[in-house]
Amino acid sequence: MKGILKLAYKLLVNDKAKFSALLVGNAFAVFGMMFATCMFVGVLHHSFSTVTNVGASIWVMDPAVQTVANTIGMPDYVLDSVRSMDGVKYAVPLYSGGALVKLNDGTYQSVSVIGLDDTSLFGRPELLQGKIEDIYAENGFIVVRDADFVKLGNPEIGSEFQLNDHRCVVVGIAKVPASGLFGIPTVYTTYNRAIQYIPSPRYTISYVLAEPKNPSDVAAIKQQVEALGYLAITQEEFMQRITNFYVYRTGMGTNILIMTIISFIVGLSISGQTFYTFILENLERFGALKAIGMRSRELVGMVLFQASFTALTGYGLGVGLCTVLITLAKIRLPDYFATITYFNLGLALVMVLIIAAVSSYYGARRVLRIEPFDIFRG
Amino acid sequence: MASVAIKASGLVKWFGEGEAKTSALRSVELEATFGEMLYIVGPSGSGKTTLLSVLSGILRPNAGNVLVEGTDIWSLPADQLADFRRNKIGFVFQDYHLFPRLTTAENVAIPLILRKQDWDASVERAKQCLEVVGLKSRADLPPVKLSGGEQQRVAIARAIVSEPDILIMDEPTASLDGDTGHTVVAFVHRNLMNEHRCIIIVTHDNRIYEFATRILKMEDGRLLGSEGRAA
Repeated sequence: MKGILKLAYKLLVNDKAKFSALLVGNAFAVFGMMFATCMFVGVLHHSFSTVTNVGASIWVMDPAVQTVANTIGMPDYVLDSVRSMDGVKYAVPLYSGGALVKLNDGTYQSVSVIGLDDTSLFGRPELLQGKIEDIYAENGFIVVRDADFVKLGNPEIGSEFQLNDHRCVVVGIAKVPASGLFGIPTVYTTYNRAIQYIPSPRYTISYVLAEPKNPSDVAAIKQQVEALGYLAITQEEFMQRITNFYVYRTGMGTNILIMTIISFIVGLSISGQTFYTFILENLERFGALKAIGMRSRELVGMVLFQASFTALTGYGLGVGLCTVLITLAKIRLPDYFATITYFNLGLALVMVLIIAAVSSYYGARRVLRIEPFDIFRG
Repeated sequence: MASVAIKASGLVKWFGEGEAKTSALRSVELEATFGEMLYIVGPSGSGKTTLLSVLSGILRPNAGNVLVEGTDIWSLPADQLADFRRNKIGFVFQDYHLFPRLTTAENVAIPLILRKQDWDASVERAKQCLEVVGLKSRADLPPVKLSGGEQQRVAIARAIVSEPDILIMDEPTASLDGDTGHTVVAFVHRNLMNEHRCIIIVTHDNRIYEFATRILKMEDGRLLGSEGRAA
């Protein structure tokens, strides 16, 4: 079969015009599908950044909460109740909200404020500069060094800004695994300072973060919280909940799906038609091969190989093009949301293999139908 | 006495059904032996190409059988029939059917590649074959760079590269001018005809009749008789 595959390869590659068209079709289809899904994955990663950065096992919230950014305050008794539930090792409050800070140059900047439990500082970020204990100092805030850090004027330890006319002092510079979705800086302080500095509604606890004594206690904790009228979900479930919100309730998922389908159809149209034309142009020669003694399955093997080879080469080019563009974009735009994951790669691979399968199916049908006698008749 | 290469009996072939039914072969009996260069001649539409296709395992007859070296080829399953064509028969098509994207040597090597032989060794053997037909210097050119006569010789080289027992040639001079056609068939007669090979040529070019050992005339799907020649 090796020689026959080499024959198939030469017939394909030596037809430079068709081969180029096939590669372009497949590459741009992969590029389109990859790019759309990478952007979506990037948005999702950033949308649940607070969840991953804090890293709690169980998140207790109002059942109406759909994303980490849209919190609904809970009364203090929820925290007390969770702490007293069977199977709960400990539970702490978390404040998550937005605020407007006034910088030293007089400009205002939106920020995301995370208020950590005063006692445990559960969910604290990894510090690059400063000491975590300094968060207890008067007006102490920790600023996250991410792509949006510059928007606070590149603060250093000791830098100051104002939040609702309260003086805030930077006591630490931290890093987190993922920055937020909305392109605004993130600052950390204690829970009590957060609710004191930021104008707050009656109920101030955004989330109760709980740790089960054993993993098997999670189900029981969920039931007890539900009985209380609230929702307890694991970190993974919260991330999935946020994903579901963006996929199904914002239209973003539909748009990405449409873009992916369009890329697929464009790729299928270009590659499918070009490959079919390639087969038609060589039909008589395939018939001659059949007359000379090539078996039908060897002919199908040739067609499959040619379709797969163009699909996989196009896939490589498409992935490469996507990677280069995303890398260049990230160099120029630190906030750029696009992430290549195994899911993107796998999805594009499956789609391009479907393109190859459809192309080769119609090509193989024509090749199988050609009768060597037609070659004799001319 | 030369042994029998092909023995066909009671061959019937028709195309279409009902009023559109056309009989192409009507109870054809034929025997071809090794060492002969058998011509099948006749007007267009007489059934020559159909007979050639049935004899070479390409077109299944509606009735009758074809024994090639004692094997009833039409009782073979499809894969074995393909193997039979691959191993026993060399084809020269009227329109050559060379691959324009391959070099001349690679075109000639195809039958060997189909026999699972190594690519480089096949191409090397193909070059030797091209030397036999006088085209060694053209080995690395694509067929489109060759003249009609040269392409015909490439097609012949492809047909003989695997040293088949039976060589089937369909109108080998149809696309060539008179002199070139004569030269090509003279070459076949001089170099390829031997006691181990049976060559069957379908033609209506009477300028090459001189090379035939036997000529069978065909008309309206019937073999009318034969004329032996001392070629």
